[in-house]
Amino acid sequence: MTTDSKHLEITLETQVESVNLAEEMCLRVAEAAGFGEDDCYRIGMSVREGVINAFHYGNQERPEKKIYLAVDITTEKMIIHVLDEGTGFTLSDVPDPLAEENLLSTSGRGIFLMRAFMDEFDVVQGRTGGAEIVMSKKLPGPGGSFPNGQGGRESAPQQGA
Amino acid sequence: MALRATNREAGQVTVVELGGRITLGDGSALLRKTIRGLLEDQKTKILLNLADVDYIDSSGIGELVSGYTAVKNHGGDLKLLHLTKKVRDLLQITKLYTVFDVYSDENDALGSFR
Repeated sequence: MTTDSKHLEITLETQVESVNLAEEMCLRVAEAAGFGEDDCYRIGMSVREGVINAFHYGNQERPEKKIYLAVDITTEKMIIHVLDEGTGFTLSDVPDPLAEENLLSTSGRGIFLMRAFMDEFDVVQGRTGGAEIVMSKKLPGPGGSFPNGQGGRESAPQQGA
Repeated sequence: MALRATNREAGQVTVVELGGRITLGDGSALLRKTIRGLLEDQKTKILLNLADVDYIDSSGIGELVSGYTAVKNHGGDLKLLHLTKKVRDLLQITKLYTVFDVYSDENDALGSFR
């Protein structure tokens, strides 16, 4: 892998198939960037949850709306952006799925899973006015650390050119 | 991989053998249809064998919870058997491991139904 940053982006339709497509694309990028199997699983799951959030909550499953997925690989981390065309939301308004009263809720765990599986996670207002999820995971390699304690490293791929 | 579901009877318990992914779309829909179908047939003691389920997303988790609640509301029990590591970890971090009865031995699971 070179020290150059890489950028990929794709516009997705608001449909269920986009969730799998986004996951598969990001998994390939993550594997190419040197992430091990466990981290690839966490990244893939987070992308799924981000796109599900955009599909269901952001775009309200309306097919005329789009989902914008962007992936950046820098020298330090993989950064993923998922932007919808909804009205946005505030993270502090999202109910805690671990609260006793929410344990048997049939929805509302996507944000929690993205936070748990990625090193950094935030939601900002995007250029569309909708919610833009921004999340990242530190690239594996010598000296790499995993702040959330869940980013186990299965291999130590070559990172420098 | 699409979700597969086959049922077999073990005494008064229906064991549902699941394989594949329980995710948004067809996977979650099949799980819902399977559990609702059993309830319509008055089968309220259900053991889900997840040995071959290697992936569940938040939609799949929601469907498991929905099924659990529906079975409880019918006076029955829905329990889980043979979780893979990924699924067990997922249920643990979402605190659902404390909600579901989870077994690693089928005979123990079957014997736990009253």
